[in-house]
Amino acid sequence: MSKMTIPLGPQHPALKEPVNFTLVLEGEQITGSTVNLGYNHRGVEKAAESRTFLQDIYLIERVCGICSHSHTTCYITCVEELAKALVPERALAIRTLVAELERVHSHLLWLGIAGYEMGFETLFMYSWRDREQVLDCLEMVSGNRVHYGINTIGGVRRDITAEQKKIILSKISYLEERTKYYVKLGTEEPTVLARTQKVGMLPHDVALERGAVGPTARASAVKRDVRKDEPYLIYDKLDFNLITHDTNDVFGRLVVRVLELVESYKIIRQVLNYLPEGPIAVKVPAKIGPGEAVSRYEAPRGEDFHYVKANGTDKPERVKVRAPTMANYPSVSYMLDGGYLADVPMVIAAIDPCMSCTDRAMVYDNKAGKVQIYGWDDLRKYGIEHYKKRGIDFSKM
Amino acid sequence: MTIDPILLALIYILIFPGFIFLTVYGLFLQWFDRKISAVMQNRVGPPWYQALADIIKLLSKEVIIPDACDTVMFKILPYFAIAAVVTAALLLPIWTDALCSFQGDLVVVIYLLTIPTVTFFLAGWSSTSPYATIGSMRVLTQLFAYEVPMMLSLIGPAILAGTWNISEIAGFFTAHKPYMLAQIPAFFVALMALQGKLERVPFDIPHAKNEIVGGQFTEYSGRLLAFFYLAVDMEMVVGAGLINAIFLGATLGTAGILGAVIFLAKTLAIVFLLTLTKVLMGRVRIDQMVRFCWQILAPLSMAQILFDIFLKFRLG
Amino acid sequence: MKKPARALGEVLSNLFKEKATCNYPFEKAVVDARFRGRIAFESDKCIGCKMCVRACPAKAIEIILSAEQPAAAPVAEGAVPVPAKKKFDCIMSLDRCIYCAQCVDICPKKALISTQDFELAHTDRRTLILHYK
Repeated sequence: MSKMTIPLGPQHPALKEPVNFTLVLEGEQITGSTVNLGYNHRGVEKAAESRTFLQDIYLIERVCGICSHSHTTCYITCVEELAKALVPERALAIRTLVAELERVHSHLLWLGIAGYEMGFETLFMYSWRDREQVLDCLEMVSGNRVHYGINTIGGVRRDITAEQKKIILSKISYLEERTKYYVKLGTEEPTVLARTQKVGMLPHDVALERGAVGPTARASAVKRDVRKDEPYLIYDKLDFNLITHDTNDVFGRLVVRVLELVESYKIIRQVLNYLPEGPIAVKVPAKIGPGEAVSRYEAPRGEDFHYVKANGTDKPERVKVRAPTMANYPSVSYMLDGGYLADVPMVIAAIDPCMSCTDRAMVYDNKAGKVQIYGWDDLRKYGIEHYKKRGIDFSKM
Repeated sequence: MTIDPILLALIYILIFPGFIFLTVYGLFLQWFDRKISAVMQNRVGPPWYQALADIIKLLSKEVIIPDACDTVMFKILPYFAIAAVVTAALLLPIWTDALCSFQGDLVVVIYLLTIPTVTFFLAGWSSTSPYATIGSMRVLTQLFAYEVPMMLSLIGPAILAGTWNISEIAGFFTAHKPYMLAQIPAFFVALMALQGKLERVPFDIPHAKNEIVGGQFTEYSGRLLAFFYLAVDMEMVVGAGLINAIFLGATLGTAGILGAVIFLAKTLAIVFLLTLTKVLMGRVRIDQMVRFCWQILAPLSMAQILFDIFLKFRLG
Repeated sequence: MKKPARALGEVLSNLFKEKATCNYPFEKAVVDARFRGRIAFESDKCIGCKMCVRACPAKAIEIILSAEQPAAAPVAEGAVPVPAKKKFDCIMSLDRCIYCAQCVDICPKKALISTQDFELAHTDRRTLILHYK
């Protein structure tokens, strides 16, 4: 059969966000694939340099709609480290609570998307219906459903009342019951098994080699979770399990995510019962630094990484964001090769991609009509030259 | 007073049980299917006029024909699909025995119902876009998968009744109602095969929107797309009517208004079962679909045929 | 273990359950008391420090002197004249506002208030620029 090249995206019903996969097909089988990024580059990192640390919280929050709390917490941890602020324990507990509620909301969203991608609309409708419960909790705690805006430098902006605690606990027990149902549905319904088992295989060593993160890696039996490896917030005081699965396929990723939901409910209960008394924020001066800091954070999609460099003014000199989807892209092209066209949406959805977090710059030379994508080496060379003009020589490093 | 036979034939073809009835009932069934699946998914679902509104909207839209496609084929295919389905409806018992009934009309109906599927394939193929081409190849692959189980499942009752005439098969089951219970496996096979013929979940593989956008209909728009959708809705009526006639004894010996009411009630029940199947499952892959049809459905209907032959000999 | 039609019980029971969706534009949606909606402004409380202007991440706020200033209080004989409190207007560009309510947090006099108003979409961008007096 002759080969056929079909584009998947940047606008396609299976993809929520703009990214392009060029697939070479032989019948229904994929023989080659390329991932093309760059449709949604917004220059967030550069924009962050022209805003104050406080304003950047709201900018960084908009890196991603689903893991908005992950990005701000990760960024703020850097800033607080630079400002040497002692964040009150209650604020850390509230951040942890919102982080776990966000994980619940993200994983339920993913479950719905997975159902939709395999054409199982009932699963999609049910899990999104139940997701409303956790969104209600988030609205009650922070004020909004998606961009919570609960973090501020030195603490959090909203406190939790005893009444809210009761409501959250009751909603969590409802969700726990539903999640147990989804575990059964996901592992017993034949069509779900048919569409997920042995699909998008990512063996353990390949996952390590390609640097997969989050549930994608954990489904290949990679024991990697920042909450365990390098506890931040109050995770060192909490008792929860690191979920892994060894089937290496989409089914494993489904199981890992659903079981992580159960762990998240456990964490939420512990945090609500722990919740120490005290202030929720400390004052931090507007001018921070100089210095630089990095921080890691286990976002629902995997490890999130932020780097902040301060120079003693009220604006950061450099902010670097490495969103989890970026780390998972190399694995996607491995998972796609040799699979079926029908499985492409499942495989892509299984890493829970978030294109906007990830997009990188592409240089378009208008005169030559040439597109150049900057790789690591090019960027390094460009950076060295850029700073050489300003009198700093990095080439010896 | 006598009605001119030609006028009567025209009424049969155009109004009842032909084009108008099929359109109205087909759109109603589409709404019923959508509403019931919405309620099952805890949603509100569309209002009663939604299906009609969709068709009217599509009819008023511009028809865009791609440059690269075969223009004549592209334009006439939707009408072929509708014509085949309406013709099949005339051979089914709806309010009384079929209007035109003869030995072997069962085979004719099955072949008439294959024509829409073939037009779907040709529609995708003549559009020449990658998504439509893949969709049309899937249509054809799927046709070979469900057609045989469907045929086999309908042969069982025919053997038991000892006739190839749909109305006579219905008459046989009306006379011997307990035998209907013996046909449950074949009934199940026929339902699943019909689900494949109508291209609904779990077998909506040819136009799986997450994979190949609109499948064979990707390039279609406006009036032509509306007629294709109408053909699918009508096919649902005819498919449900066929299963009703073969397995459930059609009008159960009644005629006139009562017969029509029984027809509507039983086809609604069949569509409810189809909706339930749609709601309960995800879409399978094309290779899994072929395997399911050949490894489970086909042997099941073969066993049913053997059982029916055995039963026939016992009956004498 | 495979169980075909695993969701059957759940699906059938939903036939008799209340719908989960709400009929939004026809039924009013209720938001939480903490919801951050349109920002309201109370001119009497504003002292014109412009902390909000500096804090706003979207540069959506502008604080200007009102066109009409209140007259100074009549000065009693021999007393030091007290200058009248200046009056300020707020121009809030809702098309830029990201509803983070940072201005509400930072305002020292609580002159800015977060409301539960959220149905703010409009076809004309100019109507989104509110001038609070």
